[in-house]
Amino acid sequence: MLGYIIRRILAIFPVMLIVAIFVFLLLRLTPGDPAAIIAGDMATPEQLERIREAMGLNQPIHTQFITWMGRLLQGDLGTSLISGTPVTTMVGQRIFPTINLALLTIAIAVAIAVPMGVLAAWRHRSWVDYAVMSFSVLGFSVPVFVIGYIFILVFSIVLGWLPVQGYAAPADGFGEFLYRAILPALTLATIYIALIARMTRASMLEVLGEDYIRTARAKGVKESRVLFRHALRNAAVPILTVIGTGFALLISGVVVTESVFNIPGIGRLTVDAILARDYPVIQAMILITSATYVVVNLIIDISYTVFDPRIRY
Amino acid sequence: MTLHSFRSKGASRVRSLMAGALMASTALVGASAAWAETTITAVMHSGLRVLDPVITTAHITRNHAYMIYDVLVALDSEFKPQPQMADWTVSDDGKVYTFTLRDGLKFHDGAAVTAADAEASLKRWAQKDSGGQLIMDRTESLTATDDKTLVWTLTEPFAPLLDTIAKQSALPPFIMPARVAATPADTAITEHVGSGPFKFVEAEFQPGVSVTYVKNEDYVPRDEPADNMAGGKVVHVDKVVWATMPDASTSINALLGNEIDYIESVQVDLLPLLEGDPDVVFEKREPLGYQTIGRMNFKHPPFDNVKVRQAAMMALDQEAVLAALIGNPEYYSTCGAIFGCGTPLADATGSDSLTSGGDIEAAKALLEEAGYDGTPIVLMAPTDVVTLAAQPVVAAQSLRNAGFNVDMQPMDWQTLVTRRASQNAPADGGWNIFFTNWLVPEISSPLISPMLNGRGDGAWFGWPEDARIEELKEAFIDAGTPEEQLAVAKDIQAHNMEQVLYIPLGQYVSPQARRANITDMIPAPVPVFWNVKKE
Amino acid sequence: MSHYAPPSSAMQSVLRLFSIPSLAKLGTGPLIAAAVLTMIVIVTLISPWLAPFDPLEMNPMNRLQGPSDTNMLGTDPFGRDIYSRVLIGGRVSLLIGIGAAVVSVFIGLIIGLIAGFFRLADTLIMRVMDSLMAIPSILLAIALVALNGPSITSVIMAITIPEIPRVVRLVRSVVLTAREEPYVEAAIALGSSMPKILFQHLMPNTMAPLIVQGTYILASAILTEAILSFLGAGVSTEIPTWGNIMAEGRQYFRIKPELILWPGLMLSLCILSINLLGDTARDMLDPRLKKRGE
Repeated sequence: MLGYIIRRILAIFPVMLIVAIFVFLLLRLTPGDPAAIIAGDMATPEQLERIREAMGLNQPIHTQFITWMGRLLQGDLGTSLISGTPVTTMVGQRIFPTINLALLTIAIAVAIAVPMGVLAAWRHRSWVDYAVMSFSVLGFSVPVFVIGYIFILVFSIVLGWLPVQGYAAPADGFGEFLYRAILPALTLATIYIALIARMTRASMLEVLGEDYIRTARAKGVKESRVLFRHALRNAAVPILTVIGTGFALLISGVVVTESVFNIPGIGRLTVDAILARDYPVIQAMILITSATYVVVNLIIDISYTVFDPRIRY
Repeated sequence: MTLHSFRSKGASRVRSLMAGALMASTALVGASAAWAETTITAVMHSGLRVLDPVITTAHITRNHAYMIYDVLVALDSEFKPQPQMADWTVSDDGKVYTFTLRDGLKFHDGAAVTAADAEASLKRWAQKDSGGQLIMDRTESLTATDDKTLVWTLTEPFAPLLDTIAKQSALPPFIMPARVAATPADTAITEHVGSGPFKFVEAEFQPGVSVTYVKNEDYVPRDEPADNMAGGKVVHVDKVVWATMPDASTSINALLGNEIDYIESVQVDLLPLLEGDPDVVFEKREPLGYQTIGRMNFKHPPFDNVKVRQAAMMALDQEAVLAALIGNPEYYSTCGAIFGCGTPLADATGSDSLTSGGDIEAAKALLEEAGYDGTPIVLMAPTDVVTLAAQPVVAAQSLRNAGFNVDMQPMDWQTLVTRRASQNAPADGGWNIFFTNWLVPEISSPLISPMLNGRGDGAWFGWPEDARIEELKEAFIDAGTPEEQLAVAKDIQAHNMEQVLYIPLGQYVSPQARRANITDMIPAPVPVFWNVKKE
Repeated sequence: MSHYAPPSSAMQSVLRLFSIPSLAKLGTGPLIAAAVLTMIVIVTLISPWLAPFDPLEMNPMNRLQGPSDTNMLGTDPFGRDIYSRVLIGGRVSLLIGIGAAVVSVFIGLIIGLIAGFFRLADTLIMRVMDSLMAIPSILLAIALVALNGPSITSVIMAITIPEIPRVVRLVRSVVLTAREEPYVEAAIALGSSMPKILFQHLMPNTMAPLIVQGTYILASAILTEAILSFLGAGVSTEIPTWGNIMAEGRQYFRIKPELILWPGLMLSLCILSINLLGDTARDMLDPRLKKRGE
């Protein structure tokens, strides 16, 4: 098992290396002069030449890549073209709202979706099942910002229960954090709930057909115990997997949701960077989110071995 | 083997995972701010990203500069120059201006403000500002003779010198430490130390999210009451935060929800939402408002051809632009005067087509005559600033109707501000036409209107080379009486409409909105945060 | 058609989700979905004749009007007819969706066949595909649009590239299974030409799962277009698409929610029916999965 874990960890390096090459090439393959993009349009020809020199653009492309990678490995993500701030500083300022929002979203999604899926499987082909499945198709079909605006319309404007925008750090009071983060988290959770509920249901349906469940029921074990103790824990691996693969959806959702609810996280940072063509920031955001995705999925893969001692690689 | 065949004892782990996620989210600490006693949270018209008030005429950067820097002389509400950091005397022949700094002026780093700082700041400013360039043409020397005294010696009189350095916009000469002002005028400064009534909190600056200013406790205000940009800058709040909101309705909702205190510029369409709430006030901050304008690039085809520029102007319709921009006619009016309606120099020569619905046929004829070959017009369209989003869309439509091949490129305003400085060919990162707004006082005189500068590369974006406009401005400087000035101003108006240095597209007022407990805001073209009280 | 069992992978479990036989059993669900989708497609196809106004025609004097006899859904901030815009906007949105689905399936098929058939190429291709999949698709797409400009082709390309790895993985797994089949081995042994094996023997196996996958890509491409436009990184704001109309309606949400709700409704209905049809197609084409779901 240890061998597997080590192999699995080692496997992320080639993946991240290729991601880094993509990101590097993304800017280099752009039509036009990278120096002109970096310099902004105010630059004089002499300034451009200085930037080319400073960026090493006059050197062969592999030398450039090695230099860039070298800086990257030292944690230097470059400097914003627009504000001149180091990208690491900007990310540091913005990452906590996003992490907190993402964690709250996952918590909400799991808390809602797993019981939904269990219920749907338990009452297979009843109206509950159809309702859950319809909801989950719907969750995949409505754009996240439309969901956000509908929530704002209903909960903030018509009912006046929750604020329309803004963010409070949990450090300033967990209640205040929840009060402000609950709508964005619900918005973000919708598609995740759809995904997890579907997976839970499918996985549970399969488990519920197994002999040992029939045996447990025949022995008169309480139904809730059958569902949650026997069935659910056996159905957990695919559910976990889907939480990991769904993480990519979460990242996409964060970009949109933060901009709808005015949350100063890295999602909005990314959108602003894109609108302002702030390439070092865009590069850094792609690298960071990809690395997060890879690591999250690594952890989930490794956790299988912990969850299920019978899995051997 | 599929995943489904993996069985485990995982249910309790799922639950503990959920609990763990919840706990982790409580434990994580975000960037937090300990609020001072009185904080005004304001949503300004745009996000602040460029911090150097000399390299850009962007209003948000100017507003930022008024927070942290001070100026030598400033205009009062009657547009008369008054002492701010300095008092002055003028020699009888009008050639020597002697400025004396007042006592108690200190930069935020504790150093005293010296005349040498002022000298360096004025020299850097004068490289960029068109009024400053004109003065420099007639300058023999500008020297700090001691710590407090600055002597400006001219080769010949320049009557509007004080008005030029006292102007509140577009590029007012802000005073920075000499070491900062030593930065080349086309390179952005990196140190943000002023002597103004607020200090910039660099650690809390998040471009695109928020800017924080704290009261400068060491600031010694003048004794006179605040009057427009002149008078004592007395600060009554501890902290001012400029927050950026992603869209107009978010900020309106935030104001209604008492989450913010002030919105600099409310979209007129959304005013009905504020109507019924007694705790929210909306008002016109200042009477003349803004002039919205179009500017073409003289360096590149097709607008290097005067006929094509005329055709573009002919195609445009002020009423359509203003209606799309503002909507409610109470807040806009058509105006063909380049110096703005309601100002002493206003004259509407040559603007008939603009104010009467545009003349598409005349535009087509002019294009025909010019032999326009269908070269695409790169039209830069900012999508993130409410007061700038509509003009390009309406104009693109009108230009197309006249037969132009328009390539409208959406971008955010900050990108536009950067890109308009590019002299590259339009297809190669340059541009052909863009739109912006000026406060009427910023364009009310030929000496301060940035567009009326014919010095090629030294001119405002678009870079017309136009010797005639420079001659006319000289004539204006030399004009002795208001009547003579008005006569020259008429010539300038006519010249502008013939050469189409820029296209005036009418005037509008942008109302501000505040919580009712925010009082005593100065009714000035620049939203300033001294004098303001929060009850 | 049970021989394309992909090896267990994270992606596979996501794909597996889309079998919801219970809904298929409903019978009416897919029927309604098909009807709705057909309607939307027909309506958008003939939208130039249906739309009462030119969707680009401005009338600033008549802006932000409520529904009336002339303007069924009212007018937008430039006085353009919302009804006409939503109709025509659908055309572009669908065009982008179909374009992205076709291109990504086509490219993914080619790469997938190569990866599945040539062992040497396989490792490298799959490493690259794994890496591409690690980049959140929306970020990759916005970066691509930011670099290549807001044209329709550039947006289609930006949506396509992140989808390719998913197709490649699917095709590869089908090929890997299929090449073990006796008739393929026989063809190889008999020295059939490589293109013949690839396109005559292997490719047909991929068609059924590709149809299903293509449907989901179509749905997700339409959704992605809307998100890109909403973020200001979609096709030029001059071209009405459902996403662009919603993006423009953003600041008018409080006073004119129609600008978001109508295109949002059309978009959601459209994606909903595509998803439902995709589920149905999957159940029909893959009885094995269907059986398991029972």
